[in-house]
Amino acid sequence: MSAQDLSSAAAPAPAEEEADYNFAYLDENTKRMIRRALLKAVAIPGYQTPFASREMPMPYGWGTGGVQVTSACLTESDSLKVIDQGADDTTNAVSIRKFFERTARVATTTRTEEATIIQTRHRIPETPLTENQILVYQVPIPEPLRFLEPRETETRKMHALEEYGLMHVKLYEDIARHGHIATAYAYPVQVGRRYVMDPSPIPKFDNPKLSNCPALQLFGAGREQRIYAVPPYTEAISLDFEDHPFDPGGVDQPCALCGATGVYLDEVITDDQGTRMYVCSDTDHCEKTRADAEAAQ
Amino acid sequence: MIGAPLFKLSGLTKLYGARVGCRHASLEVRAGEVLAVVGESGSGKSTLLSCASGQMLPTSGGVLHGATSPDGRTVWRDIYQDLSEPERRKLLRSEWAYVHQDARDGLRMSVSAGGNIGERMMAAGARRYGAIRREAEAWLARVEIPTDRLDDRPTAFSGGMRQRLQIARALATGPKLVFMDEPTGGLDVSVQARLLDLVRRLVAEYDLAVIIVTHDLAVARLLAHRMVVMKQGRIVESGLTDQILDDPLHPYSQLLVSSILQT
Amino acid sequence: MYVASKGGENAINAAHKLMAEARRGDPSVAELSVAQIREQLRLAVARVCAEGSLYDFDLGALAIKQSRGDMIEAIFLMRAYRATLPRFGYTQPIDTARMMVARRISATFKDLPGGQILGPTFDYTHRLLDFKLAAEGGEAAPAQTAPADPTPPPHVLSLLNREQLIEPAGVAAPEDQAAPPDLTRSPLELPACRALRMQALARGDEGFLLGLAYSTQRGYARNHAFVGELRIGMVEVEFDIPEIGLTVSIGEIEVTECETVNQFTGSKTEPPQFTRGYGLAFGQSERKTLAMALVDRALRWRELGEDDLGAPAQDEEFVLSHVDNIQASGFLEHIKLPHYVDFQAELELIRTLRREAFERRTQNQEAAE
Repeated sequence: MSAQDLSSAAAPAPAEEEADYNFAYLDENTKRMIRRALLKAVAIPGYQTPFASREMPMPYGWGTGGVQVTSACLTESDSLKVIDQGADDTTNAVSIRKFFERTARVATTTRTEEATIIQTRHRIPETPLTENQILVYQVPIPEPLRFLEPRETETRKMHALEEYGLMHVKLYEDIARHGHIATAYAYPVQVGRRYVMDPSPIPKFDNPKLSNCPALQLFGAGREQRIYAVPPYTEAISLDFEDHPFDPGGVDQPCALCGATGVYLDEVITDDQGTRMYVCSDTDHCEKTRADAEAAQ
Repeated sequence: MIGAPLFKLSGLTKLYGARVGCRHASLEVRAGEVLAVVGESGSGKSTLLSCASGQMLPTSGGVLHGATSPDGRTVWRDIYQDLSEPERRKLLRSEWAYVHQDARDGLRMSVSAGGNIGERMMAAGARRYGAIRREAEAWLARVEIPTDRLDDRPTAFSGGMRQRLQIARALATGPKLVFMDEPTGGLDVSVQARLLDLVRRLVAEYDLAVIIVTHDLAVARLLAHRMVVMKQGRIVESGLTDQILDDPLHPYSQLLVSSILQT
Repeated sequence: MYVASKGGENAINAAHKLMAEARRGDPSVAELSVAQIREQLRLAVARVCAEGSLYDFDLGALAIKQSRGDMIEAIFLMRAYRATLPRFGYTQPIDTARMMVARRISATFKDLPGGQILGPTFDYTHRLLDFKLAAEGGEAAPAQTAPADPTPPPHVLSLLNREQLIEPAGVAAPEDQAAPPDLTRSPLELPACRALRMQALARGDEGFLLGLAYSTQRGYARNHAFVGELRIGMVEVEFDIPEIGLTVSIGEIEVTECETVNQFTGSKTEPPQFTRGYGLAFGQSERKTLAMALVDRALRWRELGEDDLGAPAQDEEFVLSHVDNIQASGFLEHIKLPHYVDFQAELELIRTLRREAFERRTQNQEAAE
């Protein structure tokens, strides 16, 4: 389903196989509560909306926030894709996809362009997203200021008053010590020129994809009971200095399997001599690139 | 140069339950003017400073911030009644600054000297690393800290250096009014003298207004144009520093002055 | 040529089969029944119900069986199940003054109305491994007990209260006057009222609370606690049914309640009074409720006008953010999940930083030569 009908999703009939549980596991009242939080989050881009996260049948820290958001968004006509580290076949992605196959019996897919909802951990797909898609992020620590200020009561005040000087102190200290901003993932962004937001632990390589994305981006943190959003076509600027601009980094070579360039690569160690090769982290994109190449031949 | 009035207390009263913190305190400070608030411990001078500097809501009375309007008039606004919390906090980190008695309360001990000085600039929107660093370096030099200590943390600094760093951090964004709470307390006598010298120089150079709380009349004599004497929560005497020290009128001021001069 | 490994799904299925086998153990040894766990590992079941916040001893026993005795895993199973249950409403507060006590002791008075009832306790046992238990089939001889007193004994602290020597029970701080919030239905907001803190402590991890309570005894916000009363027994649970205008009893539950008498407060105007800490949990959960009472008392420093000593047990945000073992263990164990995208990003960064550091060093050396 798309962002427009988020608030009006009707309660579908329970799946036959798991008749003990409601469609997509959560009961309708809980989903309604989550949808209200989602609407608030969309209305205030980058703001962490508290929500009454439920105990899920998978552990906190393993995607309970993302699963609750996905559950609240899913309809029977959706096509769901679940990735972890960019891949559809990593163990936790498999486990979450199976959970929704059992409890919602929705169509699942590994192809980015076919999916209407994509739940992800740590990556944004390489294939550009569209207005008809929702990207749901699993978030471990939603507070970008947490490691500078451990107290929630204090960080909420800092957000409310837009006191973000401390964030730049951290970046300043990085450059003073290392010559670079030493944040490689979960690199903070400012959304809609207002709230500073943790984009979840995606590599900073993915940060540019956050900004002005046609798809709705939803972030769920189950254990910390927070939901936030980057609405479609909303600016998300990575924090930096004018004379030390944000650098997305990335390995300067093509994927050893598909030859794609400008994509995020995993380093694979192939023997005990430390020989390594670089392959696409986004497995669907890699397969597609190879299939396209074969078709062209 | 004494300029336009920029700060005023009118009938400031702070009660802690039935106990009086301070009562009916009124005073005014002009640009470039140093005012010392003296009195022994328990006299209410710390309460007055906390309320005046925006950290504690008074029970009654006004804490007024004066701004000059385009047509040259002074517009008074009560920082608790007329300013929202964001406005008040913004005032506290732009036009006003605070120097704590213990430098550890005013510094981030795990952040380098440069980061400490740069924080207020960055909070105010500075986004050029090189410029922030050069500015921080210049401030280190102004407070007589070797510039090669720019990347060191205050934990590695002596007490006197920490206090000078705190002053640099407070002044880096060009405040007009600085509150100081016993800034020389806890320092060795020789270190105190050097710090006072520095403060006097900076006050003159940057045309700062200062409200300094101290129990040490020597500090008041060295720095302040005017002073107020507090006893049991009330201002019992106020006037030019030399005048009060040379010819105190109130019996308590006389006692205070004579006791200091004897020691 | 390198081919990325696939088959996460098969691996997961196989691992789950192995786990089921391991759970059963040696098949030549008789399988445990849920009833055996419920009856013979009752304290374990009580903990699972208390921290799982669901009173069902059969399910608690099942959870322990399924989790192979891993208590936090069993609590997790209970919590996940609990989250799916419909919510009909809230019962009346249970009245522990009407408890049918199985155990009731006080450390503050030698003798008192209703008497000291030791009940089933490890206290005063010698902790010697009992090899008779290793031999199977031993039946315990019935214990001699005094006939049960049909009138429930009064709360010990109510006796102190009569002289106003202790603060009244359940005095709500001003922020607590409204209906108590429900931790399981709304997000935790800080600062929290006492009712909310109590909920978090009641379902909190026994080990974490034990450590915190112990730290107060050793001087990190010491509050001089005595056990005013510890009572264990059955209480009735009553539920209002507005449709028929009646309050009906819907059953009995076993709870442990601990009230501590703590250091007194007072000022020139207020005469000194002892203060209270309070602990309550499902089942026989003595250590848990004692610890809870001490931590509850430590967290009340602001309300009682005490100093913030910077002790961990006084720090509401610290305690409430870390007391839940399901949140804690989930987040701790999630570092087992793949993190290679993040790690890859860190690898690139550290290689760049090292390369630049070497270049600088080389330049400096060249400059020196």
